[in-house]
Amino acid sequence: MDSLSFDLAATPLRDLNRFLHQDAVTQGIKQVTVLHPDGAHNIAVGLSAPVAVDIEGHAGYYAAGMLKHGIVTIHGNAGTGVAENMMSGKVHVKGFASVSAGASAHGGLLVVDGDTSLRCGISLKGGDIVVGGSVGSFSGFMAQAGRMVICGNAGDALGDSLYEAVIYVRGTIKSLGADARIEDMTESDYQAVGELLAAAGYTYDAHEFKRVASAKSLYHWNADANQEY
Amino acid sequence: MCGIVGLLVKTPALRARLGEMLVPMMVGMTERGPDSAGLAVFSAPLASGHKYSLYSGTSSFDWEGLAEQLFAHLRMPAQCEGHGNHAVLMTELAPAAVRQWLKENFPALHVLSCGRAIDLYKDIGTPSEVAQRYGFSGLQGSHAVGHTRMATESAVTPDRAHPFTAGEDFCLVHNGSLSNPYGLRRKLETEGIHFETDNDTEAACRFLEWRMREGDVLETAIQKGFEELDGFYTFLIGTENKLALVRDPFACKPAIVAETDDYVAIASEFRSLAHLPDVKNAHIYEPNPEEMYVWTA
Repeated sequence: MDSLSFDLAATPLRDLNRFLHQDAVTQGIKQVTVLHPDGAHNIAVGLSAPVAVDIEGHAGYYAAGMLKHGIVTIHGNAGTGVAENMMSGKVHVKGFASVSAGASAHGGLLVVDGDTSLRCGISLKGGDIVVGGSVGSFSGFMAQAGRMVICGNAGDALGDSLYEAVIYVRGTIKSLGADARIEDMTESDYQAVGELLAAAGYTYDAHEFKRVASAKSLYHWNADANQEY
Repeated sequence: MCGIVGLLVKTPALRARLGEMLVPMMVGMTERGPDSAGLAVFSAPLASGHKYSLYSGTSSFDWEGLAEQLFAHLRMPAQCEGHGNHAVLMTELAPAAVRQWLKENFPALHVLSCGRAIDLYKDIGTPSEVAQRYGFSGLQGSHAVGHTRMATESAVTPDRAHPFTAGEDFCLVHNGSLSNPYGLRRKLETEGIHFETDNDTEAACRFLEWRMREGDVLETAIQKGFEELDGFYTFLIGTENKLALVRDPFACKPAIVAETDDYVAIASEFRSLAHLPDVKNAHIYEPNPEEMYVWTA
């Protein structure tokens, strides 16, 4: 047996997560299907085994948070904080993702086919996020490392207080946040966008994207110097 | 925290099942609000007169006696159907006169709501306890607004549970916290508006109803609310024939909508919508920050 399904209408979520954390590895299970997720919180949180988890419906808060090595596909919408603090692996949301998608992800790839709500990629620390639709306001807020590719539009205050993360946007940007600026695309940017689009399964041309990065003026703010820069 | 739920049925046949569909929505929000729960349901308006949802705080209250006393004092017939803590009083008297008479003769009674279409129930307890206590699953109507409370800024008492009401056929539930309720309250008190609790949500409810009483349509009142109400909020607002949903500019508090040809259902989380008929084929979306969503029954 290399695959298994859990029906959350009949089985407690705790059993599923315990299985993913422990038995899936020892039993060599490669694929797990989750039926009737119905918005339950914390599905496949802390997954560290190389298992493909297919969630057949809508997931609640923090689905696939802290992911490491697995591939989690949500065949529906995701609630608050999907793939939060992801370390590696891949999370694919086929519907839309609520607020704080991919928050503080250190690695891995989050793909959202629909839109994301506000604060997508907040405090991103090294992961990659590709959004097929649009992102809400305050996306990429304080993102420190990693990349975001937004195929649709961005809301207000995109990339506010960005550090070293880079955001690529295909559509319109309602407004840029403090210290974020649009920069010229370089060859390495086109290559990065091309690779991320391919990894996410999109066929857009990398030349349609613009680059948003930090102007780094906030780096030099000195609290002891009369609040000047 | 707190959980909010709303349901408006588009198909008249579903009006008989409004409460039955709504109770699992409320129970699904128990973790978000385990201390109190409440529900306002709107049904076909009375042809004449008004009805009042009353709360006594005691199951031994003589509700029939209340109707008799009202007739003895004011010479106006009244009907009062009581179930434990709660009763619906119906009479042709003007609302101001009824409120004044109740205040003078039954000061311990709370008037939970007044109008031609609204019935309101709220009490402390888990959503399932409150739903069972007042028979929510048997309620019928065109739309309903419900709330499960986790108290954050005022005490756990029945009158601080949601929905809040003001005026007639108007109610509001809130998930979040306002930062300027006392400023609003001082402003409204100069307009002669009386507050019954120290709850921040009451300020939002009375502000919006005041705007409508001043002539604004619901949408204009909400627009003024965006300008005046500061803080975090997802509001669900019920009127005689409308259900409205709004979120603050930062969308700090959650909301999700499932809409089909038969109904529109709103909840803080999808968990509360998962049981609804045909929800798999519903149009499911999150409302945008500071945008108005208004449905007509």
